[in-house]
Amino acid sequence: MKPAAFDYCRPDTLDEALELLHELGSDASVLAGGMSLGAMLNMRLVRPAAVVDIKRIPGLKAAIIGSEVSTGATLTQAAAFEHETLIRELPLLALALPWVGHFQTRNRGTLCGSVAHADPSAEMPLVLTTLDGEVELQSVRGTRRLQAREFFVDAMTTARAHDELLTALVWPARRPETRHAFVEIAQRHGDFAIVACAVEAVVDPHDRLVSLAMGLGGVESRPFVADTAAFVGERACPALAQAIAASAAERVNPMTNLNVSAAYRRALVRSLGAQAIAEAFAAKPTT
Amino acid sequence: MLRLKSDARHPVTLEVNDQPRIGHAEPRLLLSDFLRHELGLYGTHVGCEHGVCGACTVIVDGRAVRSCTQFAVECDGAAVRTVEGLAGQGELGILQQAFRRHHAVQCGFCTAGILMSATDFLGRHSDPSEMEVRDMLSGHICRCTGYYPIVAAILDAARAIREAEG
Repeated sequence: MKPAAFDYCRPDTLDEALELLHELGSDASVLAGGMSLGAMLNMRLVRPAAVVDIKRIPGLKAAIIGSEVSTGATLTQAAAFEHETLIRELPLLALALPWVGHFQTRNRGTLCGSVAHADPSAEMPLVLTTLDGEVELQSVRGTRRLQAREFFVDAMTTARAHDELLTALVWPARRPETRHAFVEIAQRHGDFAIVACAVEAVVDPHDRLVSLAMGLGGVESRPFVADTAAFVGERACPALAQAIAASAAERVNPMTNLNVSAAYRRALVRSLGAQAIAEAFAAKPTT
Repeated sequence: MLRLKSDARHPVTLEVNDQPRIGHAEPRLLLSDFLRHELGLYGTHVGCEHGVCGACTVIVDGRAVRSCTQFAVECDGAAVRTVEGLAGQGELGILQQAFRRHHAVQCGFCTAGILMSATDFLGRHSDPSEMEVRDMLSGHICRCTGYYPIVAAILDAARAIREAEG
């Protein structure tokens, strides 16, 4: 499997890249790590006239940590995991990263690339959505930010316009007293998640639930965030975890594909979801 | 800004196993095919061509990566290590010797990629657990060995490297 022919463009600056995307429109594919795009090109699932390689643009690799956390377009999954400050700020990202592909693909794949690709089973879109993060999109027309929940439109489909570059993911700053868990079932480690579950919980000193964000990947065509408001104030225990997961399992509308039925996915939401929430309840809270 | 036409071959310079090498590539030529067909380095094997099987793994700028999901023109100027670079003066390196001792090679198709991954991995984890080695190997498919001798060889190589470095 070899790609169809394409022109290769390597802009030196962000402005050049944006001009180029403006010029090429839907004829261009943006290349960063290439761990999704490379396979799509090889299988000829995409046949762009031009590939725009943004890897050598200065400044796009940065992780900026302030009142919010920003991770740039070419920051690799491996570099993010090795970035001690970033990992301390985003404990849920730290738990999810080892599930993204393999050591060898994380060495090259980027956080932003995974989000831009928007595979329904991918971990990065799930974590960004669960934490209520945002994406930063730039074009010659300007810069805009979109909530992850608005950005993911459908499977492999986002709200990015053809002339826009996803320049950064914007994460909420670390919230004190939050507890996290990330669990996943796949056919083998590193394979596409059948169901993945990301949880951020806040529990008060009397063991009462203050808030719970529960995201599910691999279930619907984009990350699903469960409505957990009805459970606030309940005692955070394994029985509550089961009740919340059972409620989510009733509300999801799972995909069916060759290997996995909707019923199995729903059953996994119930069991894996309960496991993830219970793990988060038992986890050490952030300071 | 660099713009390379799809239907022309463009010069690509790499430092391969510490030697400067120049070849030519259309933009769509994969690094794996560039190494094999342009530079004659057939030690790098090609399996699935979508980043899953791990056979084509090489080390680019110090990190183990798939050579089948990147393009030669992307890598212009990069330092690449392939399996040909592991046996320095014609003698097997410590990791290769461990593979031989443990019979961690059968058909050999996956071996080059695993050796390159393990080289990067052992540089970062001098005393890995069996679980860590197995997690790293999840990025490789071997249909012969059942992985047991490969895991044993990598753990043994880690010990041997620690001893050699005192």
